[in-house]
Amino acid sequence: MDPAAAPCVRIVYLARLREALARPHEDWPLDAGSTSVAALAAALAARGGAWSHELAAGRAVRVAVNHVMATPATVVRAGDEVAFFPPVTGG
Amino acid sequence: MPVRVQDAAFDIGAEIDALRAGDPRIGAIATFVGTVRDANDGASVATMTLEHYPGMTERALADIVAEAKGRFDIVDALVVHRVGRLVPGDAIVLVAVTGAHRGDAFAACEFVMDYLKTRAPFWKKEATPDGERWVDARASDDAAAERWRDDGADRRQAR
Repeated sequence: MDPAAAPCVRIVYLARLREALARPHEDWPLDAGSTSVAALAAALAARGGAWSHELAAGRAVRVAVNHVMATPATVVRAGDEVAFFPPVTGG
Repeated sequence: MPVRVQDAAFDIGAEIDALRAGDPRIGAIATFVGTVRDANDGASVATMTLEHYPGMTERALADIVAEAKGRFDIVDALVVHRVGRLVPGDAIVLVAVTGAHRGDAFAACEFVMDYLKTRAPFWKKEATPDGERWVDARASDDAAAERWRDDGADRRQAR
């Protein structure tokens, strides 16, 4: 990561969430340097509208941090890639 | 432990030949092929479009194959999964497992599919007469993966 750039998390949205939130990805400023999956999801849900609907507590949303399945307590740091997606349906 | 994600169709015979090539330890090859049905949840399905999460998908599949090799007495395993737009009858996924004997080859093949269904980041969207819809995850898939949870070591010893 470019040290001169503001610390950010790359957020990726997949499948139904990408369509509902109308974007494939975004960069989320992380001035504090770190947060948790739960806190990040809550901050996104606070945008209201589709965000609060899709990321509401109890919705079936999975999260991966740096390509590994995460839990609400998983720590997220600047430079990480955090993906939000529905339960998987491959095979 | 090869895993691949691709748009193109795969040739099952060629894949098996490549997996077993010249290995005289192999006495059993178990395969599973998943295909697109023409109906799901009461609606006809014209096309099925699969997407995935590049980077995580390959890692998740490799982890599943590595876990299968740890749990079962097998020689190797292959996963080929297609993405993009498919039609009924098309093959979606191939799992092939080689081993000395059929028991662990069958079991490992089923294990890989059960874990793939719940852990590999793929999503299906169906085109039905009422429009497109995302396929919902099934509780039965979670249950199928769950039954492998504790008995990995026991299962291997029993065979």
